[in-house]
Amino acid sequence: MAAMPRNDLLLFLGFTLVVLAMPIWLQPFGAAYPDLLQRFMIFGIFAVGFNILFGLTGYLSFGHAAFFGVGSYAAVWSFKLLSLDVIPALIFAIVVSGVFALVIGFISLRRSGIYFSILTLAFAQMSYNMAYSVLTPITNGETGLQLTLSDPRYLDRAIFEAVPGQPVPTLLGQSLGGFAGFYFCAGFLIIAFFIAQRITGSPFGMMLKGIKTNQTRMHYTGFNTKPYTLAAFVISGMYAGLAGALLAVTDPLAGAERMQWTASGEVVLMTILGGAGTLVGPVIGAWLIKYFENIFSAINDSILRRFFDFLPDGVDSAMVTVASKFVGEGWFLTLGLVFVIIVIFLPGGIMEGVRRIAHLFNRAPKAPGKANPQPQPAE
Amino acid sequence: MSQPNVVLHVADVHKRFGGLHALADIDLQVEEGQTHAIIGPNGAGKSTLLNVIIGKLAPSSGQVVFDGASLTGRKPYQINQLGIARVFQTPEIFAELSVLHNVMIPALAKRDGAFKLNMFRSLESEIGIRQEAEDMLEDVGMLGRRDMAAGSLSRGDKRRMELAMCLIQHPRLLLLDEPTAGMSRHDTNTTIELLKKIKSRGMTKVIIEHDMHVVFSLADKISVLAQGRIIADGTPDQVRGNPKVQEAYLGGAH
Ligand SMILES: Nc1ncnc2c1ncn2[C@@H]1O[C@H](COP(=O)(O)OP(=O)(O)O)[C@@H](O)[C@H]1O
Ligand SMILES: [Mg+2]
Repeated sequence: MAAMPRNDLLLFLGFTLVVLAMPIWLQPFGAAYPDLLQRFMIFGIFAVGFNILFGLTGYLSFGHAAFFGVGSYAAVWSFKLLSLDVIPALIFAIVVSGVFALVIGFISLRRSGIYFSILTLAFAQMSYNMAYSVLTPITNGETGLQLTLSDPRYLDRAIFEAVPGQPVPTLLGQSLGGFAGFYFCAGFLIIAFFIAQRITGSPFGMMLKGIKTNQTRMHYTGFNTKPYTLAAFVISGMYAGLAGALLAVTDPLAGAERMQWTASGEVVLMTILGGAGTLVGPVIGAWLIKYFENIFSAINDSILRRFFDFLPDGVDSAMVTVASKFVGEGWFLTLGLVFVIIVIFLPGGIMEGVRRIAHLFNRAPKAPGKANPQPQPAE
Repeated sequence: MSQPNVVLHVADVHKRFGGLHALADIDLQVEEGQTHAIIGPNGAGKSTLLNVIIGKLAPSSGQVVFDGASLTGRKPYQINQLGIARVFQTPEIFAELSVLHNVMIPALAKRDGAFKLNMFRSLESEIGIRQEAEDMLEDVGMLGRRDMAAGSLSRGDKRRMELAMCLIQHPRLLLLDEPTAGMSRHDTNTTIELLKKIKSRGMTKVIIEHDMHVVFSLADKISVLAQGRIIADGTPDQVRGNPKVQEAYLGGAH
């Protein structure tokens, strides 16, 4: 920590500040309520971890929702069997998803490129289907796994004389409803970001970048790349497990839909939208997608009708019909469109846009019009 | 059979690609501290020979012995860790990373071995490795480009940087596949000077080269490869005087 480079420290402090002040600066956007803020934190963690595998190492997994889902189930089981306290639940979830990632990663990493992606997708779909079928005793199938008053909670019963009334997750006896829940999750996002930052700036992170850029050269340079890629896979799996567990903390009902391929695809979109390989990009991608999901999926026909009311009769109902395809359930259509536009015009995601703008401002005063003779610097 | 000072022994190696006999009955001994040149026309099998040595390709029969140990069945990274580094015919570099990082990565491989989970150390605190990399870049005359993305370097500079990536590992054996191809006369001469400097430090080298000027100014021994076979070997003077070589190769080049 002492050896943290100055720029990294500034970025970290800036990030921390932005996160902690979210309840304030998100007010004008109508997004400053705990439920949504918590999801910003949770999916931020998911994307930061995913980026370690995809952005740094260059392995595109299409199955990371499996680890997210496993994290959720593990946390709920910890609530049921051990204690309603969130700390054992989070530890248990991280360990279980880490072990799960170790197994799936070990097999999937025998291939690279598209074959790796397909393998991860296949494993995730298998997990999803098993959660609905043979694993019903563990997952409670379609109903989803939830807390009940009759859960054993051995640890709680051993320590406290009286069993707590409502089965709601707590932190050392404190309730985590409302903003407390947000700050709890925010703490984890900040830690998650810090760890990702350390990894990125470490020799280990440099090796991951080397693997992404030229794995063959890594071999002839004396590196056994397998354990590096596996470590990146497991770390990102544990991030996903932590995110899944936090979602179980805020909403202790784990269902298999958290493991579906759409959920795996969503974290890919978040990372690419924000900027794969950058530190803050994936977080911004996660926030934007969750924000617009929240807005667009809440819009229904009656809201649209009011919005287009000023138009002449006939035209307005036509507009409502068209627009309704893009909102509510159809929000994924909007997401897809935005994604296509970003990938075509800003392949490096939003962070590339930020860099381009910063670049314009930086050199505008110096040499107007002239092309920069210096070749572009690395990273 | 190997003498104590033979570092590399390629023993009766054959390599077939389907019907193509790319290497036939290759027997080659490289002595400690020497620069051994391999010359021959395009498609003779020179790069294939290096591929067999570094474990990229397995020989169809025969074996490669390095420092008394057989390399058969070893992975490329293990062979590198034993002390063999290679400059490729088309540069194998980390195009998206900076020149400095390109050179620091092999230095870390040398220090930390094939795998180390050092993820809470800062790269910035690797002052020793960084210094080593900067010295190396200074040596090859590229210190001024250290913050550039390696992919945006000129062809000659990419090769020079790749050479630095190999040299920083202080390999016991350095393999060079046409290190001056595509370089200007001036760059070629700088590279020759550099290679002479390494030679004076006693590094063993196998060099594939088309430029006879480079070959005769560097090599202690020359093997001539044609259609997968060694048709002649010996000192530069012996090879120069060999009529078979004149006919097969030098005749056209001189
Ligand atoms: N991986 C491979 N698969 C099939 N044929 C190959 C392979 N590598 C090289 N060859 C063939 O082997 C012969 C020798 O190639 P190479 O060793 O690259 O020659 P050079 O002496 O020019 O370096 C060529 O005919 C080439 O086409
Ligand atoms: Mg060749």
